[in-house]
Amino acid sequence: MNINATLIGQLIAFAVFVLFCMKFVWPPIMAAIEERQKKIADGLAASDRAEKDLQIAQEKAKEQLKEAKYQAADIIEQAKKRAAQIVDQETERAHQEREKIIASGHTEIEAERNRAKEELRKQVAVLAVAGAEKILARQIDAAAQSDIVEKLVAEL
Amino acid sequence: MASEITSQEYIIHHLTNATMCTTDSGIAFNKACADAGFWTWHIDTLGWSIGLGILFLWFFRSIAKKATSGVPSKTQAFIEMVVDFVDSNVRDTFHGKNKLIAPLGLTIFVWVFLMNLMDLVPVDLLPWIAGQIGYVGFGVDPHDVYMKVVPTTDLNMTFALALGVFFLIIFYSIKVKGIGGFMKELTFQPFNHWAFIPVNFILETVTLLAKPMSLALRLFGNLYAGELIFILMAMLGLWQLPLHFPWAVFHILVIVLQAFIFMMLTVVYLSMAHEDH
Repeated sequence: MNINATLIGQLIAFAVFVLFCMKFVWPPIMAAIEERQKKIADGLAASDRAEKDLQIAQEKAKEQLKEAKYQAADIIEQAKKRAAQIVDQETERAHQEREKIIASGHTEIEAERNRAKEELRKQVAVLAVAGAEKILARQIDAAAQSDIVEKLVAEL
Repeated sequence: MASEITSQEYIIHHLTNATMCTTDSGIAFNKACADAGFWTWHIDTLGWSIGLGILFLWFFRSIAKKATSGVPSKTQAFIEMVVDFVDSNVRDTFHGKNKLIAPLGLTIFVWVFLMNLMDLVPVDLLPWIAGQIGYVGFGVDPHDVYMKVVPTTDLNMTFALALGVFFLIIFYSIKVKGIGGFMKELTFQPFNHWAFIPVNFILETVTLLAKPMSLALRLFGNLYAGELIFILMAMLGLWQLPLHFPWAVFHILVIVLQAFIFMMLTVVYLSMAHEDH
């Protein structure tokens, strides 16, 4: 129970233990803990940053999508206009073509009719002459009255 | 053995340290050292405490060597938990910069805890083994082999710790405030007038000396009483079985608490030594 030299021994042991702990035990453990804390803090900051980046990217993508939609609508609008234009032009051209065809048809018909009329006129003259010949066969010869017949034919 | 000796002898046997001293005829043990005076060594206290201290440092050092800042092993996580516990307590109390205080706190906490933990080893086990070794190996009567297992029930142990802390208190007081500042603190408090210098000096010296005294005696008293109760229970025959258990459970609290209090008060005293008035 009494105080004796053990005290000195224990004091020395205590000092040595504390020094050893201070030099070789505490620093590596503390360094590991602090480094891990830093790693975790860095990781958290990085994840924060990534989240922000993601948000920005999402917003950008949304904007681009909107723009693309606008552009697409624009293009479609233009295409529709162009299509309408083309249709109009084509219709116009077809109309003209038709008019032209109809007109040419008309002239052709006109020409045909004139020709037919001429033919008919000639045949009627011949027929009239033949008829008159037959009527007048007995009285006069054809040559004497031919000027009258010609006049008749011209009046037709 | 217990049947051949009285309970008083049994208790005294348990509370006596194994001693060693040098006499004229060489190294002597136990009863031969009865009048060796100061130069007597409690070899059981020294052996157990230094052994436990080395165990603590070896264990912590082996983990510290391969400490990784990545995913820690379970052992490393446990060590870090203890270190972080001490560190946060020191940080809460001590606000200056000092590389010594936190490792000092860790050493005190774990070392004192381990020494207190020896209290939970059944009281008769290690002394009995030591007695058998003494009887078989050296031909000594087992009753003459002493073995006090809990180093913190030895005043030498607790006073060594407290004196170490006391030296540090004085060292840091002088280092931070200078000798003049330290003397001023001793003489101009609590009554700041020159006429009160003697009164102040007496009061402050008592305050200063009370710190290591209370540290040492608190730890010693708690553990000595706990050990004594274990010894008393051990004499109850069969009845000791239901009694030992609750006392051991309660003692788990005591041993951790006393280690923690010793560490905490050390940190508080040292941070007080750093304060400049």
